[in-house]
Amino acid sequence: MDLIMECKALTKVYTNQIALSNVNLQIGKGRIVGLLGPNGSGKTTLIKLTNGLLTPTHGEILIDGEPIGVNSKKKVAYLPDHNFLPQWMTTQQMLGFFADFYEDFNMQKAEEMLKSLEIDKKRKIKTLSKGTQEKVALIMTMSRESQLYMLDEPIAGVDPATRDYILRTIISNYSENATVIISTHLIADVEKVLSDVIFINKGEVALCDTVDNIRQKEGMSVDEYFREVFKC
Amino acid sequence: MSWYFSNDKPIFQQLVDIITTDIIIGKYKLGAKLDTVRDLAVEAGVNPNTMQRALAEIEETGIIYTKRGDGRYVTEDYSKIASIKEKYVNGYTEKYIESLKNLGLNNDEIAEAVKKLLK
Repeated sequence: MDLIMECKALTKVYTNQIALSNVNLQIGKGRIVGLLGPNGSGKTTLIKLTNGLLTPTHGEILIDGEPIGVNSKKKVAYLPDHNFLPQWMTTQQMLGFFADFYEDFNMQKAEEMLKSLEIDKKRKIKTLSKGTQEKVALIMTMSRESQLYMLDEPIAGVDPATRDYILRTIISNYSENATVIISTHLIADVEKVLSDVIFINKGEVALCDTVDNIRQKEGMSVDEYFREVFKC
Repeated sequence: MSWYFSNDKPIFQQLVDIITTDIIIGKYKLGAKLDTVRDLAVEAGVNPNTMQRALAEIEETGIIYTKRGDGRYVTEDYSKIASIKEKYVNGYTEKYIESLKNLGLNNDEIAEAVKKLLK
């Protein structure tokens, strides 16, 4: 398997709390992977490590065979779980900003998605609703021609119809060799588009398998299986 | 998204059933070209890898085939589709008979129950 991301004995410790403990993962190209786990299980920590926003305490991450650095950042498009949009800009201005900033930003793709979601480019970001801002943020991320998309809670704040649109956008836009990693709690909504899932619990990988294998072995959906595994 | 999937079976298997049924009922005509994997995946709202796997599975039954560098086509040979249809008919019927047997019905009673509702 051609790997886009590999974690070797990855460990992250915050002052006196272990966020990730000895995580070993291999993620292939051309996959859509669900990163699933209860609150505080280490999902966001893992995503931030792959972006170089955090550095590992032990172990390493390779992106397309290379350690985290300038080259890896060119290949990874990251959607944070918090609002990162420049509030004072209009969407139009921000498109220009992104096009300047990222060599791989596809303006045409961004314009098309904004149009089909009927987002007014002339309005300032701060005047857009919370859900609309989330849509804009996702459009900005997905408009890069990246090899790895790291989406941290991309659909939490949008309505179900838009969720479907976003998932369709992900399926139709990611290229054959690109991998998308989605962290989310809305498993039932994303399950159909995932090829693989990673269950992460208390900083450890509890399970890493394909969706079809889980359904075949357990005779239930990933959503149902998650509820059983992480029953409170 | 437009296609419905149940929770208890792998999605690729359900795709196999849906697309095979569409071929049996003639939604895809004999010799017709199928949409690309990507387009079918978007339509169904599923992962393209899953769609790919389902199509490969259907191909093994012989009712669709790949033209190299061109795409997938429905077979021109109706006998292949007919034999798959028979398999599906038998499968559904066996399941149905099984559930009536679980209710304690014998063969005559099962036949009677079917006849009654077919009128």
